[in-house]
Amino acid sequence: MFAPSIHLPRRKTRTLEGSPWVRWTLVTVALGFLAVFLVVPLVAVFSFAFQKGWEAYLTAIAEPEARSAILLTLMAAVIAVPLNLVFGLAAAWLLARFRFRGRALLLTLIDLPFSVSPVIAGLIFVLLFGRQGWLGPLLFEHDIHVIFAVPGIVLATVFITLPFVVREVLPVMQTQGSDEEEAALTLGASGWRTFLRITLPKVKWGVLYGVILCNARAMGEFGAVSVVSGHVRGVTTTLPLHAEILYNEYDFAGAFAVASLLTLLALVTLVLKKYVEWRSEAS
Amino acid sequence: MAPRSRRHVLPGFRLSLGLTWAYVGLLVLIPLSSLFLKTFSLTWPQFWETVTAPRALAAYKLSFSASLAAALANVVFGLLVAWVLVRYRFPGRSLVESLVDLPFALPTAVAGLTLTTLFSSKGWYGQYLEAWGLKVAYTSVGVAVALTFIGLPFVVRTVQPVLEDIDVDVEEAAATLGATPWQTFTRVLFPAIVPALLSGFTLAFARALGEYGSVVFISGNMPLRTEIVPLLIVTKLEQYDYAGATAIAVVMLLASFLLLLAVNLLQRWSHRRLEARSRA
Amino acid sequence: MSIIVKQLTRRFSPGGSPAVSDVSFQAPAGAITSLLGPSGAGKSTLLRLICGLEVPDVGRVLIDGLDCTALPVQKRNVGVVFQSYALFRHMTVRENIAFGLNVRRLPRDEVEARVDEMLRLVQLEALGSRHPGQLSGGQRQRVAFARALAIRPRVLLLDEPFGALDTRVREELREWLHELHERTGLTTLLVTHDQQEALEISQHVVVMSEGRVAQAGSPEDIYDRPASPFVASFIGGASVLRGHVLEGRAALGSLALSVPAAAREGEAVHAFVRPHDIKLARSVSAAGAGERTPFMGRVERFKPVGGFVKVLLRMPSGDEVTVQVPRSEFEALGVVEGDAVRADVLTASVFVGDYAI
Repeated sequence: MFAPSIHLPRRKTRTLEGSPWVRWTLVTVALGFLAVFLVVPLVAVFSFAFQKGWEAYLTAIAEPEARSAILLTLMAAVIAVPLNLVFGLAAAWLLARFRFRGRALLLTLIDLPFSVSPVIAGLIFVLLFGRQGWLGPLLFEHDIHVIFAVPGIVLATVFITLPFVVREVLPVMQTQGSDEEEAALTLGASGWRTFLRITLPKVKWGVLYGVILCNARAMGEFGAVSVVSGHVRGVTTTLPLHAEILYNEYDFAGAFAVASLLTLLALVTLVLKKYVEWRSEAS
Repeated sequence: MAPRSRRHVLPGFRLSLGLTWAYVGLLVLIPLSSLFLKTFSLTWPQFWETVTAPRALAAYKLSFSASLAAALANVVFGLLVAWVLVRYRFPGRSLVESLVDLPFALPTAVAGLTLTTLFSSKGWYGQYLEAWGLKVAYTSVGVAVALTFIGLPFVVRTVQPVLEDIDVDVEEAAATLGATPWQTFTRVLFPAIVPALLSGFTLAFARALGEYGSVVFISGNMPLRTEIVPLLIVTKLEQYDYAGATAIAVVMLLASFLLLLAVNLLQRWSHRRLEARSRA
Repeated sequence: MSIIVKQLTRRFSPGGSPAVSDVSFQAPAGAITSLLGPSGAGKSTLLRLICGLEVPDVGRVLIDGLDCTALPVQKRNVGVVFQSYALFRHMTVRENIAFGLNVRRLPRDEVEARVDEMLRLVQLEALGSRHPGQLSGGQRQRVAFARALAIRPRVLLLDEPFGALDTRVREELREWLHELHERTGLTTLLVTHDQQEALEISQHVVVMSEGRVAQAGSPEDIYDRPASPFVASFIGGASVLRGHVLEGRAALGSLALSVPAAAREGEAVHAFVRPHDIKLARSVSAAGAGERTPFMGRVERFKPVGGFVKVLLRMPSGDEVTVQVPRSEFEALGVVEGDAVRADVLTASVFVGDYAI
């Protein structure tokens, strides 16, 4: 029988790696764990999605409520990603190039959306814009709806995905230093020109990486969006919320059809991520 | 970097400073302060009663213990996966390498739906586990399972680079001094990766404490039994008990803040211990 | 406790050229033996084969007469000092030195006593509780020695131990190693690419090239009687002169040197001449009776270096030769660039055949 062998990287010597028996056991346990926790669930999503056949699948993702959920999800991402991209570049430039009072505080605040529970992220916007919130009465007077409406969903998404671009671009900018920028300035380039022609090309892979992660989270966010959405079917439901509604109505095939779209998004994200890593290592 | 007293040579300081503070102020600072302002609308006894109600205490206990169990499972399996990825070459390795990030990329709701279906009593896993008498879906075990899934990449991704950085020479030196592979692992390699393991553990733990999407499906959401803290917050919100929700949220925030502080101190400590240069 | 290596071969990829090929030599007991050669000559691989970090395809390693080819590295009891030191970063100096003893489960007080002894030996008594990150390069190097010596190894193997240090520290440590060896009398194998280092501190030198032993012998042997063109060119910064066999002798200008008996009349020879083995003279007078035609070279460049002057001569054959002349002698000559001088070769290593790199 053909058995693939577990090789050691070339630099290693065989004396130090324990017996092949140890090696096989470790690899088997690790792969078994990953199969149970990652691979099987991945297969299960698609298997459950197609359990009633292709047509049921297509119906589930083409019905009006699903279509509006797709649109809302895309909209939230299309607003959140560019905003956080511009912010991320400005903040990374600021934090990488300058030392100033309040820098540590700023860093902490930028990291906060990562460390705060998504539920709390939703809650703070409810407290601000909800009917009992600080700005609630004012908004109510002018008939502006933020909570249980689209603006709230967008706001929560922007908040949740705020750190991604900064966090990816900042370390790249820091390791690259500012010699080239200074050279460009001595050659008479303006600040903008220096940024566009020198800095941006240097950090482009970091930017792309951040955008990919930011987008995945923006489209997939559940907790924060759930709190501010109000679950108005066809109006304030994003794809993850739509999947939840279908699931709670015992439409499992429908729920997993929607979930399979999000899973595809995750897989595409992983592929793009790998590609960016590969390209940035190559350059 | 230019000292504060001197004018900055590089352009864009004022612009980026203004833009960044405005954005962070509007999106983070103001919304977050509304949380604390709301808390002050409660009197201290009211606050204390809310955050120590039996239902809240049960939720803290579940969130804490399930997150701890998940983070510990992540330490064990995360170290194993990182070790296997760094040390061995086997077919499909690069696929596994990419797949490890799946829990980061997969929307949490999808993870919740899928794990619940797999572990329910008729599911692919559940039917066998229940034959053994182990109920996972709609129990606290299920909560821990979902949190393990969510936290998996943290330990792998913090330990992996440290493991890669360890010089082969160091292991070889240990061997020439008579250490067996097991001794080399426990005495030389393991101490070197402990700081990374600890920060991976803390990150996974902190993430698990706040996690909502994946747990809400598998937990069954029974008050006092399988209700996690974030779910309690949502329930209070749905009952328009804003003040109650806020009080619980503040307790949670403080807990995550302490955790983050612990991570930072840990990293600083291990950094100082290993990277210190003599000033002599 | 000698090290004997018999017909060792190690190939890293099947079909590829071996890193170490059919190497046999003996490192005498109680002496320092240098493995000398350019990088890529297989010195480090050979060292790793001896300490057991590599397993040979063919051949045997004997330490103290005992065949330990099949013995795992942990059981060989050899002290190894790595080029990178390979200190354990999370352990203090004391813990580093104690490691090999703890692994052997020695009683605590014995470990402590041995560590103290080692710290004294390497003169680092005051730094026992420091971490490697807090030490200078030379101090780290000495910790690496102490750690290797603490296990009372049968032999000591050093892989470019001074490679990462700056020149002054290098020289100090070279002196220190010499004293250390005097005191311990341990059979020592030193891998180095620095011929100065090898000639200075070892009693025995093994020159390696392309995975093979090019020559083994005392430093004087290696320097004065190189066995091959490779050794002659590698050691001592020699220049190449070309000549041919005349009347059974190699004719190199005014010098005639004996050649191997197999050489035919008129066959090309080349010789390696060290910079201080050429004497320059102003004399342009014709050759005396019975004297062979001397080499006449033109001074291309010269440059005073300390007490010597380095002169670059262009020979009529086109060969460039470097000559080292004491400063006073050069001044007495009074030549300038472009002048013709007579160059008498005092001694050289002659090889039959044309020289090709």
